[in-house]
Amino acid sequence: MRNSTSTLSMTTPEDLSEALQLLADTDKKWIPFAGGTDLMVQLESNLLDGADFLNIWGLFELQGIEESDCEVVLGALTTYSEIRSSEVIKSEFPLLYQAAGLTGAKAIQNRGTIGGNIVNASPAADTPPALLCYDAELLLSSSEGQRWVDYQDFHTGYKTHALAPGELITHIKLRRGQEKKFNFYHKVGTRNAQAISKVLFCLMVQVNNSRIEKFRLALGSMAATPILMDSLRDAFEEQEFGSDLIEKGLSILNEELSPIDDIRSTGAYRKKVTLNLFKYYMEKIYVGLGQ
Amino acid sequence: MKKRSFPTRVEGVSKLTGKSKYIDDLKFPNMLHGVSVRSSVPRGKIKGVSFKPGIDWEKFTIVRASDIPGKNVIQVILDDQPCLASSHISHPGEVVLLLAGEDREEVLKARDYVELDIEASPGIFSIEDSLAKKEVVWGSDNIFKEYTITKGDVAKGISAGSQVIEGSYSTGAQEQLYIENHGVIAHASDDGSITVWGSLQCPYYVQQALREVFSLPPEKVRVVQTETGGGFGGKEDYPSIISSHAALLSYKSKRPVKMIYSRAEDMEVTTKRHPSMSHIKMAVDKKGKITGLDFEFFLDGGAYATLSSVVLSRGTIHAAGPYNIENVRVHSKAVATNHPPFGAFRGFGAPQSIFALERHMDVVAKKLGIDPVEFRKINVLKIGDTTATGQSIAEEPGYHELFSTVDELMDFSEKSKSFAIQNKKNPIVKKGIGLACFFHGAGFTGSGESYLASIVGLEATRDGQVVVKASSTEIGQGANTIFSQVASSALGISEQSVIVARPDTSNVPNSGPTVASRTTMVVGDLLEKAGSSLVSTLRTTGFLGEVYTEREFFEASGKYIDQFGSLKSYVQYKQPPGIKWDEENYQGDAYATYAWAVYAAEVSVNTLTYETKVDDFVAIQEVGHVMHPTLAEGQIEGGVAQGVGYALSEKVVWEEGLMKNSQMTNYIMHTSADVPDIRVYFEEKNQNYGPKGAKGIGELPMDGPAPAIINAVQNALGSAPHFIPMLPEDLMEFMEASSES
Repeated sequence: MRNSTSTLSMTTPEDLSEALQLLADTDKKWIPFAGGTDLMVQLESNLLDGADFLNIWGLFELQGIEESDCEVVLGALTTYSEIRSSEVIKSEFPLLYQAAGLTGAKAIQNRGTIGGNIVNASPAADTPPALLCYDAELLLSSSEGQRWVDYQDFHTGYKTHALAPGELITHIKLRRGQEKKFNFYHKVGTRNAQAISKVLFCLMVQVNNSRIEKFRLALGSMAATPILMDSLRDAFEEQEFGSDLIEKGLSILNEELSPIDDIRSTGAYRKKVTLNLFKYYMEKIYVGLGQ
Repeated sequence: MKKRSFPTRVEGVSKLTGKSKYIDDLKFPNMLHGVSVRSSVPRGKIKGVSFKPGIDWEKFTIVRASDIPGKNVIQVILDDQPCLASSHISHPGEVVLLLAGEDREEVLKARDYVELDIEASPGIFSIEDSLAKKEVVWGSDNIFKEYTITKGDVAKGISAGSQVIEGSYSTGAQEQLYIENHGVIAHASDDGSITVWGSLQCPYYVQQALREVFSLPPEKVRVVQTETGGGFGGKEDYPSIISSHAALLSYKSKRPVKMIYSRAEDMEVTTKRHPSMSHIKMAVDKKGKITGLDFEFFLDGGAYATLSSVVLSRGTIHAAGPYNIENVRVHSKAVATNHPPFGAFRGFGAPQSIFALERHMDVVAKKLGIDPVEFRKINVLKIGDTTATGQSIAEEPGYHELFSTVDELMDFSEKSKSFAIQNKKNPIVKKGIGLACFFHGAGFTGSGESYLASIVGLEATRDGQVVVKASSTEIGQGANTIFSQVASSALGISEQSVIVARPDTSNVPNSGPTVASRTTMVVGDLLEKAGSSLVSTLRTTGFLGEVYTEREFFEASGKYIDQFGSLKSYVQYKQPPGIKWDEENYQGDAYATYAWAVYAAEVSVNTLTYETKVDDFVAIQEVGHVMHPTLAEGQIEGGVAQGVGYALSEKVVWEEGLMKNSQMTNYIMHTSADVPDIRVYFEEKNQNYGPKGAKGIGELPMDGPAPAIINAVQNALGSAPHFIPMLPEDLMEFMEASSES
């Protein structure tokens, strides 16, 4: 059942500093409202009783994509559509570019933001695995100051995260020079659009003379949070690419993954498909290396 | 040759511009908002109801079963379903109490403060458990209805075959997902009469239900259809429930009451397609001729009888398919469970039994090593052959031509062989092609149309218009436009001069329910007759000549009205001579006529993700005269899209009889990004029934897609599941089980 709207309030700050001042009042039940694409769904399921929405949609400080020599910084309000029309994202961060194109449908992409996608903390969210592969960093701001955290440390459990009371994600930083040879983003959704993922598979591999220099595998819908497979990174980096390594990866995944059954899919399916995709894309890389 | 031109949709512009008012757009003065208090358990005894503190209960109108002035029943076929549960609960979501108040949010909040004390007892949720009488939840044996169709001697037929192949098949529930949720506004006025405005398919069904609940004569109950955002059968019987509830709240509060279901409520408690189970035994001789068919067919009807007996009837009659089989037995049962009652949904039982039969045809062909198309060609009905009910087919279905067309359009037979070779080279994506061959009876079954005895009227007005009077509803399918076309052509005037009256029981006669692919064929035919009769009246009186212009027509009708007061023509259905139906033994002419079809699908199965994608879809049908090609194609495309979802994605997740995935996020209906291009072709050979020879087409496209798609999966993988929906998770399990065995 839908929330009774009479219990809800919405405040629209003029600028970021006012927004952070307001957030500092921790007696309020603040929920920052950016594109609202996730909040509207929660409203319909009666999950937001008594919420004080902070309408940050118009905050200019959180908009736009800035490029410098060594990094690209996205304002937290960057929409999926803006990601889709950014040249630098398209050419240097293809995993993120693809993820944005597979989220919801056009209307959602116009309204949904990357900051919102992160803070909503859904294990099934489309962009987090890409951000994990790129070792993204988040700028968390409050009326007290700012701090950078590694995105990998942000999600602490199912729908919980490292934001302190009064803090807001304001920017997302990606380091440039990550144009890797092999990038694979594969979303297995319930349908081709307006779909929540059943499996998100995001793989980035840099190989130099058959030696793996960088290896990232991030997965969505496989655990309580989006996950980066550290164990594979540790096992694969600085190793020679070979079929034995693919086997090793499969056995690590088989051991470490234990996704759950839910309304959208089964744990058995999620795991099996992840293993299938891993084998498929790793063999593709292997073939691509000419071996 | 002059190109035929076709009118645009009569209500198209007002819908596109937002001028059309749907029920939730309407606001009446002093209107209250009503909500239903529902059971959360599937089965039990009602011990009591308490109203918790924290709410000013004086502010709300509360209706219980004891407030019902007439009978506490929802009248459909049997009187087993209470309007409000008073002693027992038979399904989750069953309504015990009604609340109305000034503000919708306040009423919704108050609902949380009503506590139902129900002593729960175990429910049953499967056909197997119901048949085994694990619990007896309805009558003495859980059986709503049972039919047996016998043709020839099935035992003899089975033993005459050189091979006997058995198979079991099942299909799941499916939600109609009309865009507009259920909703009505009701008003009980001081003079004791009731009026209901609502989103509905069958105004006279609702009138009948209200008459029972309020013990009122027909002239005291008025039902008006508002603009309706889709029905697909989902608004055939359920509006009787929500209308009765809103009317009871109005009766008690003396104010108009609006009831609108949220999407989740609508998906959880309103009717869906019946889940089914089939066991087939088929005997085939060395030449590929089917010598015997023994078909056991079961439907889960849910907690109350509602329309299950007639859904079962259609499923039973369609079970033997468009095949000429000498010895047939079809035995069927609709059984009770503690699911919310299942109901009408496009196809009405036929998609279930057709899925089983058409999958079995491919399973048998594979086992015998015969080409599945050749196997069907050997057995299809031809003119003069008889169906399972002994109906002699009076027109040539032309299946051989339909099969040739499929071959031309898709290279079907070549692909069905070459994909096997191609698939060996591609370990990831497996291609397959498959088809289904089927028929769908148009109009009510057997003597149903005689019982309905539908009436349609035409009335000329002084200001130069002719009004169509029928209770048949526009629910997005184009009924208004077709009626304008039929009347305009019968009267020899333009479509713009024809007005289709809003279905309102105080203003239109009962032309029967808007169901069973009958609106164009049966009601349209009556309309055509009414038109001819009106013209003939004008000619008889000398006001109109043999040849006339529109202007002359209205001059004539004006003169006639001046002289005689009004110009009307009402026609009632009469069964054409020669149609015979034996209801007792299910023998005879089950339907006036049938649409004949072959649908084919080309699929890709991804063996990494177990996803099945429909790459190409061809729908070929012989439907008599096509009245309006754009509308007809739209009907076929929409039905195929629903059929693709039925096959591959639309799964109701149940927990203790309640739908868990009652959101569009989690009940996966396809979007335009999933549905393939659908290629639609019409044959217009047999024009013996309906206006200008137009047969019914509304339900037909729901029957073929599921078996065609799963047969294509069999072609791709060598074997395929015997059930739908077949989600990727299901296919993975199936493939893993097959590789183990």
